Amino acid sequence: MQNSGGAVILMQKEYDDIRFYYPETCCFEEMAELPALDIFDEGVCSFLDKLSDLIRHDKECRNYPDVLTFGFFCRRAHIEQLKKNYSEKNRLGRGLTFHIAPSNVAINFAYSMAAALLAGNPCAVRVSEKDFAQTHMIGRLLREASKETKNQERDIGRYIALFTYGKKREITDHLSKLCAVRVIWGGDQTIGEIRKSPLRPRSSEITFADRYSLCVLGARTVLAEKRMDRLAGDFYNDTYLFDQNACSSPRLIYWIGEADEIKAAKERFWSAVSDFLKDKYQVGPKVAVDKLMTEYKAAAVIPGIKFERKSANLINRMELMELVPEIAGFTCPGGSFFEYGDVNFNALRSVVTEKFQTLSYYGADKEELISFIKTNGISGIDRVVPVGHTADFSLIWDGYDLIRTMSRIVDGFGQY
Amino acid sequence: MIDYEKCLENPPYSLGKEEKEAFLTKYLLELTKHHKESCRPYEKILEAENVNLNNVCSYEELPFLPVRMFKDMELRSIEEEEIKKTITSSGTTGQQVSRIYLDQKTSMLQTKTLTKIVGDFLGNKRLPMLILDSSAVLKDRKMFSARGAGILGFSIFGRDKMYALNENMELDLEGLQMFLEKHKGEKIFLFGFTFMIWQYFCSELERTGFHPDLSKGVLIHGGGWKKLDSFHISSKAFKEKLRQVCGISEVYDYYGMAEQTGTIYMECEYGHLHASIFSDILIRRPGDFSLASIGEEGLIETVSVLPWSYPGHLLLTEDEGVILGEDDCPCKRKGKYFKVKGRIRNAELRGCSDTYAEGI
Repeated sequence: MQNSGGAVILMQKEYDDIRFYYPETCCFEEMAELPALDIFDEGVCSFLDKLSDLIRHDKECRNYPDVLTFGFFCRRAHIEQLKKNYSEKNRLGRGLTFHIAPSNVAINFAYSMAAALLAGNPCAVRVSEKDFAQTHMIGRLLREASKETKNQERDIGRYIALFTYGKKREITDHLSKLCAVRVIWGGDQTIGEIRKSPLRPRSSEITFADRYSLCVLGARTVLAEKRMDRLAGDFYNDTYLFDQNACSSPRLIYWIGEADEIKAAKERFWSAVSDFLKDKYQVGPKVAVDKLMTEYKAAAVIPGIKFERKSANLINRMELMELVPEIAGFTCPGGSFFEYGDVNFNALRSVVTEKFQTLSYYGADKEELISFIKTNGISGIDRVVPVGHTADFSLIWDGYDLIRTMSRIVDGFGQY
Repeated sequence: MIDYEKCLENPPYSLGKEEKEAFLTKYLLELTKHHKESCRPYEKILEAENVNLNNVCSYEELPFLPVRMFKDMELRSIEEEEIKKTITSSGTTGQQVSRIYLDQKTSMLQTKTLTKIVGDFLGNKRLPMLILDSSAVLKDRKMFSARGAGILGFSIFGRDKMYALNENMELDLEGLQMFLEKHKGEKIFLFGFTFMIWQYFCSELERTGFHPDLSKGVLIHGGGWKKLDSFHISSKAFKEKLRQVCGISEVYDYYGMAEQTGTIYMECEYGHLHASIFSDILIRRPGDFSLASIGEEGLIETVSVLPWSYPGHLLLTEDEGVILGEDDCPCKRKGKYFKVKGRIRNAELRGCSDTYAEGI
């Protein structure tokens, strides 16, 4: 890194280590100088709508449901919908946002980018080092959208950079110094690493730390459900679709009902999940061993655990006699679940910590759940969503309002 | 109490399939009961697994512990004051080491068993021994590394021992020459770890051009192929290189877990690894841990009658292998013979996990 005229600039060598997806190359210093925009700026909304249009009509994107879903997220009608929650007039962006996207979910970076744009900011997005096809697609369509919107009042294409780089602390240092907001997706370890690179005093940060999620299932409703395959599919979308490795994937299944109902409902539910998984999911040797080890370590510490072995190594279930806080320490991706049954939610009080993120529910009342969290002053659980929707992106994520966190208010009060 | 005296009376490759199964089932069931009584975490695992030991017909049905458990937990079936030594092994990947707690009895059993197994290959006479490693490995006697334990264990077959490498891992050419001069014409026992031999012995002999005559030597080596695999060096290439640099042709690999020291699996003259009657290999399918057929690849479970001071008698390794046959190896040794395919690979998982942190 060089110091020139007070501004720190990246040396050519370090730029060479950056692989750009969009645009071909860029000057981060110039990006940082771009004027901040209003939240839900008209230019941004048209740009995203253009991108949405391109995605939805692109041949290659058709084969990528995750890209298509993002395309629908960006369309004008949906953005207008989201805008309704942000009526304040005097909000504008904070400046350059620097995003570190997770390494294993291809499309996540795009939502992070869209949210930052809607909050009125330029965004420098470090995507996964894995060369996902989805990243190339978005990069290509960004170029197109940018070409078509270039002559509009604001050239929104200049507000975006998609790139990746390897183990270069210097680049992280540089972008961290340059940005007004840093957004770190990933887990505790990543956050720890990135935090070695300091921010400027006024800059802020959004971090998505390791979280724990759970699922509440009403036994009676499960027993009455006619479309068990659909419920199993929804549950699959929350769990195995991401190798049960997303922070919103449930690891604890909390059954509500009388003991005999729960017993029958479990049987029904898991056999539907098992049927659904049979042709869709395979457990490799590493995951099989890891899941067994997780179970054994848990059994050695938590009293009264019973393993349920009906679905071999596909679904590993640990039945709990009582709910204890230790369960959060025994997580393993690839289908490893704790199960607990009770007549009400009360047992949750003793286990939920601020680490808990998403509560997905089926056969339980959302309002009742939210009111339970509020009246008990429970320190965790940021989202209560129906089964099948744990991974749905929303502008409120992990307890952060992304638009308001990435923008600022110009406070005008009084009259002279 | 297990009558180990009687157990160890049997010659190491003497029992056919059925006899061996009955023999192992008897001892392993007793061991399982012993650990259940003496190791609380182990007992809780059996309870969670809902095992009724009275209904077990074969050792194949007994629960097995993933070998990495010994890294994360203190597992022992003896009182703290009975610990005679602790073996540490980095074994599988990662920073943490396994800790295996040995009492006097288990430690002695390991030595006796190793003597019986290796004696089948070396004979019962002690031979001049050349250790292809550095004496520095044995510095700290109380905290044993698996490498140190291996060297000490095999030292019982040798006399007039010499370390081929000095404390800086350099080949002691002068000492080596003197040693060979002294034992000219004698059969020599060489011992070392596969990667060390390749890196510090073969390569050095090749570099210096000094080619000692070890055509009368017998080399036993172990420690696994992980590093050499990464250099794409096969067992065949390894043997060929040794023949080139020092004329040695009798080379036996062995497979074994530091967590089951003593019951090693020796390679025979046909290149097959053999299970002695004191231990066995089971191959399990990753999908449900059921037993694979002969010729079918899967996860290796190692079984040993020796672990008394810690519940390591039934271990699920992170190696993949395949059983080649049973009781019918042309070398005439009975029992299963098999091949190790290597370490299982890390799974590529989806989800927002932490792989970015591996260094930035």
